[in-house]
Amino acid sequence: MIVASKKPIEEIIETVQGSKRLLIVGCNECVTVCEAGGKKEVGILASALRMYFMNQGKDMTIDEATLERQCDKEYLEEIKHMVPNYDTILSLACGVGVQFMAEMYKDKPVLPGVNTTFMGATLDRGMWGERCAGCGQCILAKTAAVCPVARCAKRLFNGPCGGSTKGKCEINPDTDCAWQLIIDRLKALGRLDDYDELMPIKDWSKDRAGGPRIVVREDIRL
Amino acid sequence: MYVVGCMEGDCRFKTGNLRAKKRVFQAKEILEKVGIGGDRVEMFNLSSGEGPKFAEIATEMTQRIKALGPNPIKSKHVKKAA
Repeated sequence: MIVASKKPIEEIIETVQGSKRLLIVGCNECVTVCEAGGKKEVGILASALRMYFMNQGKDMTIDEATLERQCDKEYLEEIKHMVPNYDTILSLACGVGVQFMAEMYKDKPVLPGVNTTFMGATLDRGMWGERCAGCGQCILAKTAAVCPVARCAKRLFNGPCGGSTKGKCEINPDTDCAWQLIIDRLKALGRLDDYDELMPIKDWSKDRAGGPRIVVREDIRL
Repeated sequence: MYVVGCMEGDCRFKTGNLRAKKRVFQAKEILEKVGIGGDRVEMFNLSSGEGPKFAEIATEMTQRIKALGPNPIKSKHVKKAA
């Protein structure tokens, strides 16, 4: 999932204070799972903002909506009839949802309510970890399903580096060395010989280095 | 308002009281940040045999709320209406 975290309420207050009619829109997908921008978080934030602005003596209408997704036009269209009633939209979706909302409702300021962080998994209750960097050319088959692009601080393809100590990375004693994980897993799978194979230089043009990316599937496009 | 849960580690719902504590803390934080006052909400942990302690907490919270005064939003609305 795409992992995001809630923006501090002080920051949100600062960004929405010019509004008189605010629509807060949540997303039922990733941000619901990581408890940053789902229906529950929309309700809590809306109540908090209402209390704040009422306490400030400011007359402000704050309404709520939560969509199935904000990264697909058909779901964004569901609030088409509501949007003209507001001067600002606060989206609690990831950065994708915020931008797609702004692309659809061009004359409406769309503000972000969360900090979108990474593609990751739930490690524990209230804890998420990065697992994929979307580099555009997956090499997990060669690295025993541990990604050095997302999980090695240096993105090394032939690691580990000298900063690996007792299985931990030099950047933080709590961060696992991705290459130690790769070696351990290759060993467990009886594939340690694969470690001797030098990995070729990665084509970073498929990553962000090539600029904003687009995927076109002619086989399914209409 | 105060929420009373079982003693930590003794919850019938295992982590229910710990989750409640986190939620109460979140509510306190929000109320503090929006200017209502986080002290208006509290979490306590008691066992079912601690009736007198429950009464003590009720008294403590009553005194605390009286000292804090009414909800500031409510008092502003009353002034506005007048």
